[in-house]
Amino acid sequence: MADKKFTGTSTYIATDDLMMAVNAAVTLQRPILVKGEPGTGKTQLAVEIATALGHPLFEWHIKSTTKAQQGLYDYDAVARLRDSQLGDDRVHDISNYIVRGKVWDAFESAVRPVLLIDEIDKADIEFPNDLLQELDRMEFFVYETKQLVKARHRPIIIITSNNEKELPDAFLRRCFFHYIRFPDKETMERIVDVHFPKLKKNLLREALEAFYRIRDVPGLKKKPSTSELLDWIKLLLAEDISPEALRSDDSRKAVPPMYGALLKNEQDVHLFEQLVFLDRRSRTQ
Amino acid sequence: MCTCSNSWFSWIAVRVLSKSGPLAVLTRFFFMLREGGIKPSITELLTLLEALKAGVAGTSVDDFYFLSRSCLVKDETLFDRFDQVFAAHFHGVEDAFRALVQDVPEDWLRKQAELLLSEEERARIEALGGFEKLMEALRDRLDQQQGRHEGGSKWIGTAGTSPFGAYGYNPEGVRIGQQGSRNRRAAKVWDRREYRNLDDQVELGTRNIKLALRKLRKFAREGAADLLDLDDTIDKTARNAGLLDIRMIPERHNAIKVLLCLDIGGSMDDHVRVCEEMFSAARSEFKHLEYFYFHNFIYESMWKDNRRRHAEKIPTSQITHKYGSDYKLVFVGDATMSPYEIVYPGGSVEHWNEEAGSVWIRRLLKTYPKAIWLNPEPRQRWDFTPSIKLTRELMDDRMFPLTVSGLDDGIRRLH
Repeated sequence: MADKKFTGTSTYIATDDLMMAVNAAVTLQRPILVKGEPGTGKTQLAVEIATALGHPLFEWHIKSTTKAQQGLYDYDAVARLRDSQLGDDRVHDISNYIVRGKVWDAFESAVRPVLLIDEIDKADIEFPNDLLQELDRMEFFVYETKQLVKARHRPIIIITSNNEKELPDAFLRRCFFHYIRFPDKETMERIVDVHFPKLKKNLLREALEAFYRIRDVPGLKKKPSTSELLDWIKLLLAEDISPEALRSDDSRKAVPPMYGALLKNEQDVHLFEQLVFLDRRSRTQ
Repeated sequence: MCTCSNSWFSWIAVRVLSKSGPLAVLTRFFFMLREGGIKPSITELLTLLEALKAGVAGTSVDDFYFLSRSCLVKDETLFDRFDQVFAAHFHGVEDAFRALVQDVPEDWLRKQAELLLSEEERARIEALGGFEKLMEALRDRLDQQQGRHEGGSKWIGTAGTSPFGAYGYNPEGVRIGQQGSRNRRAAKVWDRREYRNLDDQVELGTRNIKLALRKLRKFAREGAADLLDLDDTIDKTARNAGLLDIRMIPERHNAIKVLLCLDIGGSMDDHVRVCEEMFSAARSEFKHLEYFYFHNFIYESMWKDNRRRHAEKIPTSQITHKYGSDYKLVFVGDATMSPYEIVYPGGSVEHWNEEAGSVWIRRLLKTYPKAIWLNPEPRQRWDFTPSIKLTRELMDDRMFPLTVSGLDDGIRRLH
C-alpha cells in the first residue's frame, strides 16, 4: 500500500478504533463519516490526517444554505447577465462564469488530497443524496461547458456531522463510520500531554480530577469538552495556578479557578455553584 | 498450543479470504446483526470483506471488531446492540483454535485442500499423516511463529515449505495476533458496553433528548404549500436572459397542533419534567401547544398550573370544546394505579368523580382521533400491570414507551 498508516500525530491522539476506521477508509478509498460530541476534534481529524500522511487539505464548510452543487461549481449567471448588458467580451465564453467549488479543487489536485466536508448535517436534508454519485465515482459533469471533471486521485474524504439531521441510508452505506466517544481519563491524559508536554504531573492530575467532576454534574446543559479543557489548562498555566488550588477537599476553593473556560452557560454556572454550596454545607454540619 | 484469543480471526479469515471458501461465519454474524435490529446492507458486508481482503484489519479481535463496526453500523445509538450481538456471536472465541479444528467441517477443509493443493503438496501432507497431522502441523507452526516474533504480529509464512501458505489462501488470511495485554484489553471493548447510554431504547435523558427533539421537529415540519422562491426566480430569470421565470418551493409549514396531557404528582414528576422540556423546546415548531396536567387518570377536569391545581380547574368538556379535533393528543403517564381508578365512578384517589375515568378518556379520544400515550414504565412491565393493560386497550394499543424510538413510533401514529 502506497499510503502510510494513520496513527495519530504529535498533536493528535487517535484511539485504536479511530485509526482503524481512518485506515480502512484510506485504503478502500471511501469517505469516512465522523460523529461525536462537540469539541472532540472531529474537524481537527481531517487536518491531522492531512498532516500525518502529507496530503494537501481542502476544507468545505457546510452551512444551512449550502447546496451540493456549490461544492462542484457555480455558474455565476448574474455576472454574465451584467456583462452582457455592459457589452463585455467575456460574455461569449461561458467558462468565464464557472466558479470552481472545493470538490472540483480537490479533484484537480496533483497529489492525493484530503477533502473535509464539515458539518454535513447543517445542510438541507437532500444534500448528502445530491453528492452520492460524485463521491462514488469521483467525477461530475459541468453542463454549461459540457466537460467531465474526473478526480486525478481519489481524495480521502472526511465528513463530519453533529447529529442535527439524520443522514440518508444510501449515503451512509457508502461511508465508513466513526463515533468519537468522549475520551476516558487515560486517553485524556495523553491528549493533554501532547498539547502541554511540560505540564507538571500533579497539576494535570488535579486539573483532570476537577474537569471530570464538573462533567459529572448531573443536568449540565453543555458539558465541557476536550477543547475547553485545553483552553482551561492554558489559562491555569498562564495564571500560574498551583495544583493545590484545584483540590476538591479545599472547601474555600471548591469552585475551580477560571471555571468560566469550562462552563459557558449561565444556568450551568449557577447549578454548579449551588451544588458546591450544598456540598460545603453538608460537610460543615 | 496456541491459545491466543484472536486465532478465531484467522479462522474467519481463512474461510472468508479464500476465494472459494464459504462465508458462513461472517454471513451468520451479518444475519444475527440484522435480527438484532441493526440493518447492515449487502454493500456494507461487501465493504467489510473488501477491507479484510485489503488487510486493513490487522492482527487482533479488536481490529476486527473496530473494522466491522465501522463498516456495518452507521449510527452510534446502535453501537450497544452491536456490542451485544458481537459478544453473543463470538462468545468463547478465546479457545477458537480448538474451534478451528473442531468446528470447521472436516470435509470442507479436505475439499479446500484438494482444490487448492497441488498433487505434490497433498502427497506431502498425506506423508505427514493426513488431516490430523495437517492440523497439528498448523498448530505447531502457529506456536513457533509466535515465539520467534516476540509477541509481534506476523504473517504465517507463505514460503513453499509451509502447508498453510501453500493452501493458496490470501497470505493475509492466516494471521496470528499478538497475545499481549493490548489484545486482552481490547477484547473487553464490546463487553463493557460503553455505548449503552446512546441506545435509543433507553428512556429519555439529557443526552438523547436532543435526538428525541429532532424527531419531534421532523413531525412538526410536515405539510406543504407553495411559496415564491425569490432567489431562484431571480437566478432563473437571469439565466433566461431577463425573461421572467417564476420558481416555487414548498413552504415549511408548522401546522401541527398539540394537546399535551401530563400525569403529575409522585413518581411521574421526573418524567414529566423531561417531557415538558422536550415539548417546549420544540414549541416553536408547533402551531399550537397546550399543556394540561392530571393526576393518575383523566376525569372531568384538568389544570394548567400545578401549584394552583385545586383552585383553577378546567373542565375537560371545556377543553374538548375549545380545541378542535385537528389537535393531536399526547398523554404522558405511567398509567400505574388501581384499575378502580379507571373503570369505576368515584375511583379517583383525590376526589369523588361522578363518571369513570374510562368514560372521560373515550370522550377525549372521540374528539381527538389522533392520540397516543407515552409511558415511561419499561415495556416489559406493561403486561403485568392491569391498569396499564386497561389503558392500552382504551387507547387502542397506541401506547409507546417514553424512549427515542418509542417517541418515533408514536409520532408516526399521530400523522
